[in-house]
Amino acid sequence: MAIRERLSGNEAVSFAIKQINPDVMPAFPITPSTEIPQYVSTYIANGECDTEFIPVESEHSSMSATIGASAAGARALTATSSCGLALMWEELYVAASNRLPVVLALVNRALSGPININCDHSDSMGARDSGWIQIYAENNQEAYDNFVQAYRISEHKDVMLPVMICQDGFITSHAVENIELLEDDVVKNFVGEYEPENYLLNSETPMAVGPYAVSNYYMESKKAQTEAMKNAKQVILDVANEFAGISGRQYGLFEEYRLEDAEYAIVMIGSAAGTTKDAIDSLREEGKKVGLLKIRVFRPFPEKEIAEALKNTKAVAILDRAESFNAHGGPLGSEVTQALFNAKCTMEVRNYIYGLGGRDFRVEDAKNVYSELEALITEGKEIENYKYIGLRSED
Amino acid sequence: MKDTVEIRWHGRGGQGAKTAALLLADVAFNTGKYVQGFPEYGPERMGAPITAYNRISAKKIRVHSNIYDPDYVVVVDETLLESVDVTAGLNPEGAIIVNTPKKPEEIKMHLKGYEGKVYTIDAYRISVAALGKYFPNSPMLAAIVAISGIIDRATFLKEMEASYKHKFAKKPEVIEGNMNALKMVLQEL
Repeated sequence: MAIRERLSGNEAVSFAIKQINPDVMPAFPITPSTEIPQYVSTYIANGECDTEFIPVESEHSSMSATIGASAAGARALTATSSCGLALMWEELYVAASNRLPVVLALVNRALSGPININCDHSDSMGARDSGWIQIYAENNQEAYDNFVQAYRISEHKDVMLPVMICQDGFITSHAVENIELLEDDVVKNFVGEYEPENYLLNSETPMAVGPYAVSNYYMESKKAQTEAMKNAKQVILDVANEFAGISGRQYGLFEEYRLEDAEYAIVMIGSAAGTTKDAIDSLREEGKKVGLLKIRVFRPFPEKEIAEALKNTKAVAILDRAESFNAHGGPLGSEVTQALFNAKCTMEVRNYIYGLGGRDFRVEDAKNVYSELEALITEGKEIENYKYIGLRSED
Repeated sequence: MKDTVEIRWHGRGGQGAKTAALLLADVAFNTGKYVQGFPEYGPERMGAPITAYNRISAKKIRVHSNIYDPDYVVVVDETLLESVDVTAGLNPEGAIIVNTPKKPEEIKMHLKGYEGKVYTIDAYRISVAALGKYFPNSPMLAAIVAISGIIDRATFLKEMEASYKHKFAKKPEVIEGNMNALKMVLQEL
């Protein structure tokens, strides 16, 4: 029986952590993810879970300790946001290349500067090439569900890669909304016990972790990581199907909302997708054929599947909540465009930047994007290839 | 009533407008509704203007933007009327509730020609009478429930008693005072 509750996104992820009861959680506080270690340490203090909580002096240390715990054979995790993730930079690569199945609860927040505590995806997008699996959520329910699935993906023998479970800072992390929780034993049975194959504390088979790789071997190690990332796609789908069996909620690599017959599509990540769904329903009532492709899994990137889902559209707007400062678009824009090019798709594609530093994204903003796409096709009214929306100068 | 009722709270950091919004979400949730309760975060500090929001609906809520066209506005601190455009976008069919000892007619002149209903509630007087100290949260919560009708009054009192018993498990002496504050407001409005 599902448990009807109302929780913020941070509470929801913390609740999943309590239910999974991992072995070790080193953490250092940073807004807006601070509540996660706070809630988890409260659960531990109350005896509701027996995770070893390690308060450390920085995020560099929290990820290092997470890596150490995982290499030793423990199921480990940490949580962070923004500059905290940036300070973990070196260790992100260490975790991935040592094939450690750690999980990071990331609460997306803008990077400095100017200093800003609100949501955008510049922190996780900056880490997109670090070798981590990245899974994003639209709301508290998805953040919880994704976290419950995380270790099943990271610890799978065909994968053995770290997983970042991302949610939008404040917009979902601090918003209290309805949620359906699974019962403790259902979660515990689903996640299962971690039985590492190779680990430092196994005295039977002594091993080294993180040794030097000469040029003769380094590249093969990277190729092996890439193969694991390719394997992750199927594992993510298999785990999602099994999760549907215990929850009734079906996840894929992305969600298609009224996309099947859509002429105009938005591709985006995170909480603003919910806002866009409301815009779609309202435009559909006016007879507009509009739809949404909401990315759930950004790493591995579902290139072929995305192109297949978008192939019948006339125009696609890719909305990025992060800059890449390549002066021609955002990270999602580049990757989706490449996917469409490789699939020989010829629809019009435009890239928009929205929501940086918590700039609000409204139903009207989504409607305006669809209306621009329609005008581009029906009236030939050009849109810049790479456009900011919601700027003050446009007010 | 519309599918979704949208409420915007204006307060100052430390006055509990965010807590009030979360409490309202809790009570509405307990009566079977879909809810959202969320603060808008800026560089918060004690005394700075803050905004919090509620959406309450019979249907699942997907939108994740702030609220620009609320049905109701609650102003926890009267001095905000001078600096914040509290009636911006406010539905003329809805209402604004201001925490003040003044009469609605005296407040109207500060509301930029808002044509909807204006209610005032003296949360200070009620809070001090009921609790012996000034916590505007409970009175303002009761006021929005009474005026919006989103929750039946008896259900509201029953749910709040349960909520206070949980929240104040370690200081049960304040439960009765908070309940009295709610009841005083419900009698006045």
